Amino acid sequence: MEVIPLLKQLSEIDGPSGFEGPVRELLRQTWQPFVDEMREGKIGSLIALKKGTSRKDSDRAQGPRPKLMLAAHMDEIGLMVTGVEKGFLRITRVGGTDRRVLLGLEVVVHGRRDLPGIVATRPPHVLPEDERKRTAPWDKLFVDVGLPPEQVEQLVSVGDLISVRREMVELKNHRVAGKAMDDRACVVAMTLALEQLSSALHAWDIFAVATVQEETGLKGAITAAYGIAPDLAIALDVTLGRQPGTQDVDTFPMGDGPTIGIGPNFHPSLVKRLRTVADAHEIPYQIEPTPGASGTDAWAIQLTREGVPTALISVPLRYMHQPVETLDVQDIERAGRLLAAFIAGLEADSLEQLAWDTKAESE
Amino acid sequence: MNLKALSEAVGVSGDEGNVRALVLDTVQEHVDEVKVDALGNVLVLKRGTGRPSSTGPGSRRLRVMLDAHMDEVGLMVVGHDSDGFLRVRTVGGIDSRLLPGAILQVGSERIPGVIGVKPIHLLRGDEGQKVSKIDDLVVDIGARSKDEARKLAPLGTYAAFATQFRELGPTVSGKAFDDRAGCAVLVELLRGEPFDFDLHAVFAVQEEVGLRGARVAAYAVDPDCAFALEGTVADDIPKDKDVSPTTELGKGPAITVMDRSFIADRRLVRLLTDTAKELGIPYQFKQPNVGGTDSGAIHRAREGVPSVTVAVPCRYIHSPVSLLSLDDFENTVRLMREALSRISWHTLRRN
Repeated sequence: MEVIPLLKQLSEIDGPSGFEGPVRELLRQTWQPFVDEMREGKIGSLIALKKGTSRKDSDRAQGPRPKLMLAAHMDEIGLMVTGVEKGFLRITRVGGTDRRVLLGLEVVVHGRRDLPGIVATRPPHVLPEDERKRTAPWDKLFVDVGLPPEQVEQLVSVGDLISVRREMVELKNHRVAGKAMDDRACVVAMTLALEQLSSALHAWDIFAVATVQEETGLKGAITAAYGIAPDLAIALDVTLGRQPGTQDVDTFPMGDGPTIGIGPNFHPSLVKRLRTVADAHEIPYQIEPTPGASGTDAWAIQLTREGVPTALISVPLRYMHQPVETLDVQDIERAGRLLAAFIAGLEADSLEQLAWDTKAESE
Repeated sequence: MNLKALSEAVGVSGDEGNVRALVLDTVQEHVDEVKVDALGNVLVLKRGTGRPSSTGPGSRRLRVMLDAHMDEVGLMVVGHDSDGFLRVRTVGGIDSRLLPGAILQVGSERIPGVIGVKPIHLLRGDEGQKVSKIDDLVVDIGARSKDEARKLAPLGTYAAFATQFRELGPTVSGKAFDDRAGCAVLVELLRGEPFDFDLHAVFAVQEEVGLRGARVAAYAVDPDCAFALEGTVADDIPKDKDVSPTTELGKGPAITVMDRSFIADRRLVRLLTDTAKELGIPYQFKQPNVGGTDSGAIHRAREGVPSVTVAVPCRYIHSPVSLLSLDDFENTVRLMREALSRISWHTLRRN
């Protein structure tokens, strides 16, 4: 599968938190050839099952096959209508939307029909000096859909969601920029892994989940993980890429491979196994020290039911939560390969090997 | 109406070639003479049909100059970082609040470039309230080294916003409506039947960096009167205080009586308002003292030129995407055509 066309398609489709339908329907078609079953979680996550070979379905006596959950979120940050005034829409944010990058942005308002619009504020020509020097506050930001006020009142209501409208562009050196790379890039990585596994046998059941509402509190991961009750889980997300104005300890270079997180959110033996697989397959990776909350689906999945050994693979990305999220597509391919190789290497008794083990840890 | 093609053409001040080619291509068949001057202005003559003696004193026809500027605001590459980022400065007035998150087309190859800022996740204190200065912003084209960046976008390379033209219903959106809207009005006027007078159309360069193209063009044309056609500020967005909207969308062409660059000639203002009233064409006055246009240069050419500015109201000019009403556009064309058909030496007589 070609990475860039798939990423372009997924990046450009609308899916702010709570309005992930268009992404889900696209993924249903994309995943169809690679998985055995698909279902929609109760709040909208897409849960696909690719069955393992360790035991036959009919062989009930031996118990169920072990389950690995993969999670990448399909929602993106966005905006919501909070009022209509003189035909202009008042707005608030959905998730961690950054108002510094909103001015002059084209959007789509999901009203009774989709309406193209522009994020607007008063022009600088007429603003007092002090207002021009501050980021426009939320109460001075509007969306303009270019229609007469009467028509706007009919088509738009408070609570309607708004997506950023942005075509992905290809930069030099296999880098791309666009909206919603957080976390559609990892949806692509997960898709690549599923494709690679379609020609390989694997012992474990693989539950690939495109989660909803990550940006508003990991809601899709919390609920999907409960439903699946996985034995192991790997979340995939983006991490801060190195860029001007940031410290090296906070960020990771693009193009040097995905990161593997280390810290309380992650099971040390699982991390070790991922590193071993990456080394064996000569897949470049970086270590991402994560002293506390990872801010990803992994944080929620780890605490599902009685607890789940969890790991996190991340793709470095510049300008996070801006409509120019930039990354190196090689890092997506590497994340996909690492995932597929890890899954192919899982054996029926791998879970026992991953149990807390002082010897393994001290190695 | 060819606003789409004009809007999507790239022409930052000093680099108007792309727009110039489009203009030349579009107007050639409708006019008598075309030339490009030393600065890059397109000077067009569409001869009048009136008998010289009937329309002017002595032996010549009235000369009317219609001006619209081709250039748009943008950026220029002024340096390269060791990590391959481009250092830039603005060409013309760009509100720096608009730059973060923008996509640009860099150079004649239109290489995509983006401007990002420090992620929201790493902001401390009130950092998020501050607007980044142009010195602190860089353009990312994906280059990995200084050498690569320098090769792809050498010093002096221009960059423009990358925005598609869209129809939103009664309105349209796109980049550079200031002043491709004026260019489109001017093209419409040139397409029509000739007037009595000699029409000198000027598609001017370098308005955004100081009304420079119009200045030499007005000298060359030496007109008896002039109209600058513009896309101007509409500020009809909701606001706390009850202040003038400058101009409003949907209320018709905006006539400037005075701005920061000139005082309009009252006889030309009267011609426009009388014509509008007679024909029931909506019009509005632009709030005095906001902005400046090519009239600021034209009215002081040689011994002086009676001038006025007529504009299509546009929201969000000088930003990646502006918006105008198609009704306003059509009414601007109509008002100009009708007013011009009524113009004569008589119009310019002092009462």
